[in-house]
Amino acid sequence: MTISIDPQKTNNESLQPKGWLRYFSFSLDHKVIGIQYLVCGFLFYLIGGTLASAIRIELASPMSDFMPRDVYNQVLTLHGTIMIFLWIVPVVNGAFGNYLIPFYVGARDMAFPRLNAVAFWLIPPSGLMLVASYFVEGAAQAGWTAYPPLSITTPQSGQIIWIMSVLLLGGSSIFGGINFIATIIKLRRPGLKLMQLPMYCWAMLGTSILVVLSTPVLAGTLILLSFDIIANTGFFNPVLGGNVVVYQHLFWFYSHPAVYIMVLPAFGLVSEILPVHARKPLFGYTTMVFSIMGIVVLGLVVWAHHMFTSGTPPWMRLFFTIATAFIAVPTGIKFFNWVATLWGGKISINSAMLFSCGFIINFVFGGITGVALAQVPFDIHVHDTYFVVAHFHYIVYGGTVFIIFSSIYHWFPKVTGKMLNEKLGILHFIITFIGFNLCFAPQHWLGLNGMPRRVAEYDPQFQFVNQISSLGALLMAISTIPFLINIFLSMRNGQVSGDNPWKALTPEWLTSSPPPVENWEGEAPLVEEPYGYGKQFSEQK
Amino acid sequence: MLNKNIYLILIISLVFAISFWIGFNVNLLPIEASINAPIYDELFKILFIIGLIIFIGMTIAVIYSLFKFRKRNDQIGDGIALEGNLSLEILWTIIPSIIVLLIGLYSYNIYDRMGGMKELNHNHEMMRSNPEKIWAGISQTSDNEISNNNLSIEVSAMQFAFLFNYPKGNFISGELHVPVDQKVSMKMESKDVIHAFWVPEFRIKQDIIPGQPTILNFTPTKVGKYPIICAELCGPYHGGMRASIIVEEESDYNDWFNKNKKTEVNL
Ligand code: HEM
Ligand SMILES: [Cu+2]
Ligand SMILES: [Cu+2]
Repeated sequence: MTISIDPQKTNNESLQPKGWLRYFSFSLDHKVIGIQYLVCGFLFYLIGGTLASAIRIELASPMSDFMPRDVYNQVLTLHGTIMIFLWIVPVVNGAFGNYLIPFYVGARDMAFPRLNAVAFWLIPPSGLMLVASYFVEGAAQAGWTAYPPLSITTPQSGQIIWIMSVLLLGGSSIFGGINFIATIIKLRRPGLKLMQLPMYCWAMLGTSILVVLSTPVLAGTLILLSFDIIANTGFFNPVLGGNVVVYQHLFWFYSHPAVYIMVLPAFGLVSEILPVHARKPLFGYTTMVFSIMGIVVLGLVVWAHHMFTSGTPPWMRLFFTIATAFIAVPTGIKFFNWVATLWGGKISINSAMLFSCGFIINFVFGGITGVALAQVPFDIHVHDTYFVVAHFHYIVYGGTVFIIFSSIYHWFPKVTGKMLNEKLGILHFIITFIGFNLCFAPQHWLGLNGMPRRVAEYDPQFQFVNQISSLGALLMAISTIPFLINIFLSMRNGQVSGDNPWKALTPEWLTSSPPPVENWEGEAPLVEEPYGYGKQFSEQK
Repeated sequence: MLNKNIYLILIISLVFAISFWIGFNVNLLPIEASINAPIYDELFKILFIIGLIIFIGMTIAVIYSLFKFRKRNDQIGDGIALEGNLSLEILWTIIPSIIVLLIGLYSYNIYDRMGGMKELNHNHEMMRSNPEKIWAGISQTSDNEISNNNLSIEVSAMQFAFLFNYPKGNFISGELHVPVDQKVSMKMESKDVIHAFWVPEFRIKQDIIPGQPTILNFTPTKVGKYPIICAELCGPYHGGMRASIIVEEESDYNDWFNKNKKTEVNL
């Protein structure tokens, strides 16, 4: 197969709409597709966030009084599914991957531009389908894990639509993953070695391997589940001799790697952001690469830590404990290296830097509770409680969402040619950081002391702590206001940024802002040292 | 140089001191009411202290960098071009590996003491009378003890209640009564969807799975009434699926048992 670095554009490129209408078209430009992913993901984030607020309002009092109990379960299911499949995964992979990877490998587009556009355009209709299922009749209410037999016995129309929607979204991420692997391996500008790639490329390579290996397993599992629901087969239905624990194995074979599909790209993004604003090379490039690959390998063999209470044999519990805990080693290496990147730098304290540092602190916290959860005896007490809810929100929100915001502050000038307002950005950070910790830190205590997750009503002794948590959620909701104002104001009248306001060295900054359609006028630059800070500039001093 | 090292040592010892102090003085867990609970809490304490040391250490390092190395207005140029340091990187690969390994071994030991490593399928008596496969749960007792001394109870879970069957007395109760300091062995089965049996004060939990009975053994150590909580999403009333376990003195338990048992049964 030959793939050129200048993929053939369609002849009717000139017929594509211009201006902002471009973003509503079937564009083949990776930059347009990236922004489409980002904006679409953010709209779903607002829906998912509204649902989260509804959940926290319900939980402000111990009784189930804000919505009926089955509606609570529907809202919960929708919240989890939207946040994972329509916000985090599309944005950290699709949005930033599409925007940045072709720049990083020195290409003019992705390897398969049409497949790329198809991958994106699967998302809005399947997302709308998922949301619509709520209004049809009996939305899915078995949680985002959809464990049978509950998912077989709840209202069927909703559950079927849920399955179809998740299948389409899974298809979208597989298409995206294939495209990233092909682009990174095959489209590299001649002369650019693998070990010279910016770290985000490595992170996306690792992520895409996970996507391509594990997403089909989820698809197969959900297809079998839909057979059980529609055609009365007995794969997982115990009444017909099916095995419900097998579903859990298959489900978590995808869904554990899915957390790395959500955090590895964030690891890559933060590795791009920190060196620029600390004006230092990324510390330990080689160990960073190996730790990504270590996480990929270990990530594939730890799924059963979600099933310690499901009736697994003792040896299995033991193996999965050790394997899970060992992920802390490559992950820890990355965190030490980031701190070492900051150490001795000339750090600009701006919104991008603050969100990245917030990420480090939150993620270390979530990682520590993760190592604790890996220990079977520890997990047995807190499994399926609010302790777990707190742990994974520290990872997905305190980790990935913080990095999404950090990245938006970092790359906004690239995309628009305008600067974001720093005062509003720092305000956004402060409210988010306080609100986030207020919302999720107390939930650890709730879980330890007897509050199970996925409940609309709870023991009144937990009311006060739940109210603190709901207050934190309110702050998080409020924090989006300065962010949105900032985006809209800066897009119209923001200060003009110039091509490279951060004086960064990675290739996307070595072209105009915003970049032209095929990324560069003339040759793509060969960047051998994407993190060569302190080398060129200090000599000029 | 000497000065710098002294500060470093001072800060590190302070972080350790604070973490140990919090670890020993802040109790985040409910009371201990089974022989599993103190064993569990021992592990919890260790993990809590190690976690605090790492968390406080990392947070200090990040915040210190932000203050100490922030760019002053008049500064131009870059930081030092430090790309790596092999010995540092080896150090922070090896130290976490050792910590993780030690934690793993220690928690294996805890798990063994909690009875988790007992093979449940080798129970001959049960195999004969009951050819179905019993799935592993937590077990504190050896095979013989299961059949002989223990109080054995059959738990069935359904949307949205627990029922406790006392086979020796041939009756079913909605409340679980057990005598204090005696081994209890439960065989749990679900009638519909997956449920879970959780008693926070006992630090034990086991899913109750349709089609696959699970076993859970425990020994309560404190008289009292504790909640039994279903911890697996099982439908709209999942949050309301609760029962109580009443741990009482042997004599009280016997009174309760004799009052409930069906007399027509021949023993
Ligand atoms: C915007 C701030 C957020 C708030 C206030 C929030 C709050 C909550 C709450 C209260 C629950 C219910 C826990 C339970 O009863 O089990 C929940 C569940 C969940 N959340 Fe969030 N969340 C937020 C953001 C996110 C994000 C960004 C993700 C991304 C992955 C996410 C993923 C989930 C998942 C997977 C569940 C479990 C759903 C289930 O049990 O089926 N949340 N969230
Ligand atoms: Cu996992
Ligand atoms: Cu239940």
